[in-house]
Amino acid sequence: MGAGHAHTLYRAGSSPVHTLPPHCKIAAVFCFVLVVVATPREALWAFGLYAVLLAVVAATARIPAGFLLKRLLIEIPFVAFAVLMPFVAEGARVEVLGLSLSQSGLWGAWNILAKGTLGVAASVILASTTELRALLLGLQRLRMPPLLVQIASFMIRYGDVITDEMRRMRIARRSRGFEARGVRQWGVLAKSAGALFIRSYERGERVHLAMLSRGYTGTMPVIDEATASRAQWTYAAALPLTALAVCLTGWMLT
Amino acid sequence: MHVPDGFIDAPVSVATGAVAAAAVAVSLRGARRELDEQAAPLAGLVAAFIFAVQMLNFPVAAGTSGHLLGGALAAILVGPYTGVLCVSVVLLMQGVLFADGGLTALGVNITDMAVVTTVVAYGVFRAILKIAPNRRRTVTVASFAAALLSVPAAAIAFTGIYALGGTADVAIGKVFTAMVGVHVLIGIGEAAITALTVGAVMAVRPDLVHGARDVAARRLELRTGAPVRTPAPASPDGSAVSGGSAAPAGAARPAGSAAPATARTVTAAPATKDDADTAPAAPRRSARRVWAVGLGAALLCAGVVSFYASASPDGLEKVAADKGIDQKTEDHAAKDSPLADYGVKDISDARLSGGLAGVIGVGATLAVGTGVFVVVRRRRAETDAEAR
Repeated sequence: MGAGHAHTLYRAGSSPVHTLPPHCKIAAVFCFVLVVVATPREALWAFGLYAVLLAVVAATARIPAGFLLKRLLIEIPFVAFAVLMPFVAEGARVEVLGLSLSQSGLWGAWNILAKGTLGVAASVILASTTELRALLLGLQRLRMPPLLVQIASFMIRYGDVITDEMRRMRIARRSRGFEARGVRQWGVLAKSAGALFIRSYERGERVHLAMLSRGYTGTMPVIDEATASRAQWTYAAALPLTALAVCLTGWMLT
Repeated sequence: MHVPDGFIDAPVSVATGAVAAAAVAVSLRGARRELDEQAAPLAGLVAAFIFAVQMLNFPVAAGTSGHLLGGALAAILVGPYTGVLCVSVVLLMQGVLFADGGLTALGVNITDMAVVTTVVAYGVFRAILKIAPNRRRTVTVASFAAALLSVPAAAIAFTGIYALGGTADVAIGKVFTAMVGVHVLIGIGEAAITALTVGAVMAVRPDLVHGARDVAARRLELRTGAPVRTPAPASPDGSAVSGGSAAPAGAARPAGSAAPATARTVTAAPATKDDADTAPAAPRRSARRVWAVGLGAALLCAGVVSFYASASPDGLEKVAADKGIDQKTEDHAAKDSPLADYGVKDISDARLSGGLAGVIGVGATLAVGTGVFVVVRRRRAETDAEAR
């Protein structure tokens, strides 16, 4: 399951960001997002600087801006929530364009929008410069329990298989004239879900038997051991360290 | 309900991260017990299933549709530990790959959506199975209740986390009302879908429903005597033998053996129809009596007893008043509604007004409940008949 299973999320490339060991990248992104969340929301300029930092990383990784912006759309539900917030929050109110808005609500909305967007952008960059398998290896290198990594890797590998199975069931339903219009059709859909569960579970049993017959003893062999040199760690740490400097300045100034 | 970055402040994010890590560590140990050696592939495939089933849309009415959250379903089908693991892995992958839910909010999301839903659902499910008669219909009812409660429970857990480290300046009471209100509605949908799905699995492979393994196991019985409830199926299409033996065969199979189930899927269907036709009418009549008595009691409580109930503020209102929180809360949006503060507006007699509001409330609840029930019953009738 090598090629052909590369997700659409991943953009192949050989930029310096692509070639960094995965665990360095994961650690860097986690630290970066944590620093962003810890930044005081009044330091508007700090968030601008963070955005610039991410833009620099994206440019180094040669990710086109359009791709990044399209992936940011996943955030929309929270944008809706953030827009609502100035209307429901308490505290001093200000008049903006004839609307009475809560001041703290505006700050809260800004807080969620800025930090959420930066977080989404950071993980989009991570996912589009790191292969799925490398990502899982990186998590394992970062001391995530091996069993959890195995479960995640099975989920990733068979996710498409199960989704395809569901799609085939949908085609089968539709070709028999079934159309889900309302609550009345839930029974049929739930039966499909039940059948999907049974098929997934039995596939899991078969996969396990197949693995046993190939000598599986409970741990997956690591073929490509990814090690990181000190230089690579330093390179990856550049992002969160710069962000930390910005954050500390933000705390001192506000 | 995926919480983004920046919604919960950094210290609480780290703390919930620790809670989530501990819960996952416990579940890893427990999952080995639940799934024996097969933990990794099976849990991985179940996680993939949860991931896929979250994309299955259930249309509600024109244009709107909902989807399964899956916590309760996972807990009932594969057990609480594996359930926590599977939902956590799904959340982790959604966060890392699809940027759905923030990375720093992973702890919040796992604690809230994986741990709380699964544990509450499994607790409720097992409790109902323990006290209710050991029948297959109980499994469907129990999974309905489990899913129904698990979703608002997650909302309450979220409100708790928000109270500790929320960054937005919205009163806790308001967050609580909004979250629980919305999620009670979501919970009804989740409950219906979960119950139907569990029923579908129970009909075909009852040994796979982890939460109800002892229910399935109890059905191992020899049906050789004359007075058997289920008459020998005499369907004309030649499926007489396989149809009759389908249900016991499915129940007798030990969990984990890998005989093809597709054959059973086919043969179980005629059994369903046969049994549905010959199902005794007795339980239905008694159910109707229970229903009538329950309705009468509810109306009595709402209409008459409510007047004698304590007029002092309930727990939460009292806490709010004591702490002075409620000075800030604005009036409820529905304060002008005809039923505000549990009284009917233009009726001055306190006793009559309160009682009438109660009766109307029971009526409205009943209408909503019956609507859900009628839809569910159509499907459930078939799966239950097979269980008998």
